[in-house]
Amino acid sequence: MIPLFFWSFAGLAVLAALLCVTRKSAVASALWLVVTMFSLAAIYVLLDAQFIAAIQILVYAGAIMVLFLFVIMLLNLGQRGPTDMRGWVGRGVALLMGAGLVLQLGVIARLVLAEGFGRQTAAYPLPVGELARLQQARGAIGMLADPLFRQYLIPFEVTSVLLLAAIVGAVVLAKRKI
Amino acid sequence: MLLGPALGLSAVLFAIGVGGVLLRRNAIVIFMCVELMLNAVNLSFIALAQQIGPEGQVIVFFVMAVAAAEAAVGLAVILAVYRHQESVNLQDLNLLRG
Repeated sequence: MIPLFFWSFAGLAVLAALLCVTRKSAVASALWLVVTMFSLAAIYVLLDAQFIAAIQILVYAGAIMVLFLFVIMLLNLGQRGPTDMRGWVGRGVALLMGAGLVLQLGVIARLVLAEGFGRQTAAYPLPVGELARLQQARGAIGMLADPLFRQYLIPFEVTSVLLLAAIVGAVVLAKRKI
Repeated sequence: MLLGPALGLSAVLFAIGVGGVLLRRNAIVIFMCVELMLNAVNLSFIALAQQIGPEGQVIVFFVMAVAAAEAAVGLAVILAVYRHQESVNLQDLNLLRG
């Protein structure tokens, strides 16, 4: 049952991503990107990351995409106009680079990452299914909070400084006169 | 186990994002393609977290925070550029051309 769900959401994600890249209207692109993000959230649930799936919907599909749509509508980019796609040379280059990248990443995934996967090795310290067990024992949030507030406490605090800097930067950049 | 398919999906989504960045000229759409690439990387982190440990999911948390900061600042930059140029088409941004 899980592979069926995985493949249907994977197909939906790829289809929506392709439509996002090829739609002429920026609003349509943004809405297809939301579909991709929702299907990715569903896939996260299948990969034992329930909390991240919730955050994905709240932060990405909720906050970031609303910000994008807000700017698109503020700049009045939703109306019909000439396409912003590159010419045939640019399309060929984009297709070639994309295909080459899939090939390279596929080779890396097959040769490097898949090596020893499914067994407990030095590269993969957790046995199969251990993460789901951990999640059941500690809860979806407890499993994440433990490393976040112990091992990664300093990066977590630095993130707050980053967000503060981003807020100040956005206000300074977007304001006409300070 | 879904690691192989998840990494494949991540690679395909990342490549679609790269193709979109190369294909489009609208700055906002290019920005959305960058978000798509970030999402693809998040997917590979989560797929690998299944056997490496919950630290993979913690990294996704940080990636999302950085993506939110990047979206806020980037869209403010696009707004400032639009105010200056009356366009977000990258072809019109040729101030540095001799």
